Amino acid sequence: MLDLKGYGPALLDGAVVTVQLAFLSLTMALILGLIGASAKLSNSRIAVGIATTYTTLIRGVPDLVMMLLFYYGGQVMVNNISDMIWEAYEIDFFFQFDPFISGVITIGLIFGAYMTETFRGAFLAVESGQIEAARAYGFTRWHTFRRIMFPQMLRHALPGIGNNWQVLLKTTALVSIIGLTDMVRVAEEAAKAERMPFHFFIPVAFVYLTLTAGSELFIRWLDKRANVGVVHGS
Amino acid sequence: MAESAPLICRDIHKTFDQLEVLKGISLETQKGDVVSLIGSSGSGKSTFLRCINMLETPTSGDIIVHGDPIRFTKNRKGERIPADNKQVELIRAKLSMVFQSFNLWSHMTVLENIVEAPIHVLKVPKKEAIERAESYLNKVGIYERKDYYPAQMSGGQQQRAAIARALAMEPEVMLFDEPTSALDPELVGEVLRVMQNLAEEGRTMIVVTHEMAFARDVSSQVLFLHQGVIEEQGTPDKVFNNPDSERMKQFLAPKF
Repeated sequence: MLDLKGYGPALLDGAVVTVQLAFLSLTMALILGLIGASAKLSNSRIAVGIATTYTTLIRGVPDLVMMLLFYYGGQVMVNNISDMIWEAYEIDFFFQFDPFISGVITIGLIFGAYMTETFRGAFLAVESGQIEAARAYGFTRWHTFRRIMFPQMLRHALPGIGNNWQVLLKTTALVSIIGLTDMVRVAEEAAKAERMPFHFFIPVAFVYLTLTAGSELFIRWLDKRANVGVVHGS
Repeated sequence: MAESAPLICRDIHKTFDQLEVLKGISLETQKGDVVSLIGSSGSGKSTFLRCINMLETPTSGDIIVHGDPIRFTKNRKGERIPADNKQVELIRAKLSMVFQSFNLWSHMTVLENIVEAPIHVLKVPKKEAIERAESYLNKVGIYERKDYYPAQMSGGQQQRAAIARALAMEPEVMLFDEPTSALDPELVGEVLRVMQNLAEEGRTMIVVTHEMAFARDVSSQVLFLHQGVIEEQGTPDKVFNNPDSERMKQFLAPKF
């Protein structure tokens, strides 16, 4: 029987933090990705410019650097803004940059950039005739998006989303650096205190493996549903 | 007021960048007319058809559907755009289109394809839309394929499903954009027969086609387009047996 030397409950709490962090970041990344892809494919040169700057910047900077920048830099920025508002309007406005929030924002922003590219490619892969038929039958733009564009795009996007999700899940381990007590952080402290690195890190590795393997099954199921109506060569 | 013509197009021009594809095309249809648009590739016949339901915005000219002229305005770049998207959507719902490459929505079954626009655009109750769809599927002879996905059917069946989708809108005018050009020669007949039945029922149709036999035998009016203008126009008998234009005579001449 695995003896976690009394760290069991803390590790479990850490695992919950990891999962929460991952899902919230994923939600943010998906929303940012849809917005980013729409911006990149729009006719507005300003929107294209902003979205391109966003993806170029984010994809070019290491995740760890971004995270440190947001956590420490974010607090400094909040402090400065708070001072400014106090001086100008005498309104007391302040909040502490919480490691969990910085984690979600940073990971969401990073993977939003990758999702932007995934969605952009998927939107472009939808045959123009499908959209044209929708227009020709009097669909509104929103109806065309919801009933034709989105379900057909999803088929092309899902493999990319699945990939991004797995990398995202593993990236959450980085938040232990900025002091969030996720699973990795608890394991690290326990391993140091007990001088038993294998004992604590191997279970952690297994938790990640279980999560990624489980999501792979889920994505395969989604993929099957999204590919309805597609005939594959044998 | 007498019943207004289902579709009137007046002096339609279309320019892509520098290239003038349509140089003033006019067309007036009466209820029950079957108009065939013929001509070589690049003559502008498909572009004209796409201007009718505003898949392309004409650079100038008027389109009047059942007495209702489409309103235009200019965007910031000075290009002509429709003034009211709602109006365009309403008009498109009255002019259903059949495409060369079918364009059935690939993630929906045949039945779902057919009921989609009646339910969501025309707001027909679901039950009624399904009954209507089934009767049109019977008419085009593919009722037993109603739960198939488009990719599971032959081209001819897909095109017949697309025709059922167009019929389910109970449109004022049906627009056909080279409906048989993407089909195996063996499958062309089944689609043309369906179209001939529709013509005999008195449906108003505008058909861009390379099928000369269809144009000659089924249509009430033939337009021969050449380099963006109507080169020859009239009854099939006039256009095919007694054309005025040299170009039309060349077009009809045996190729080998």
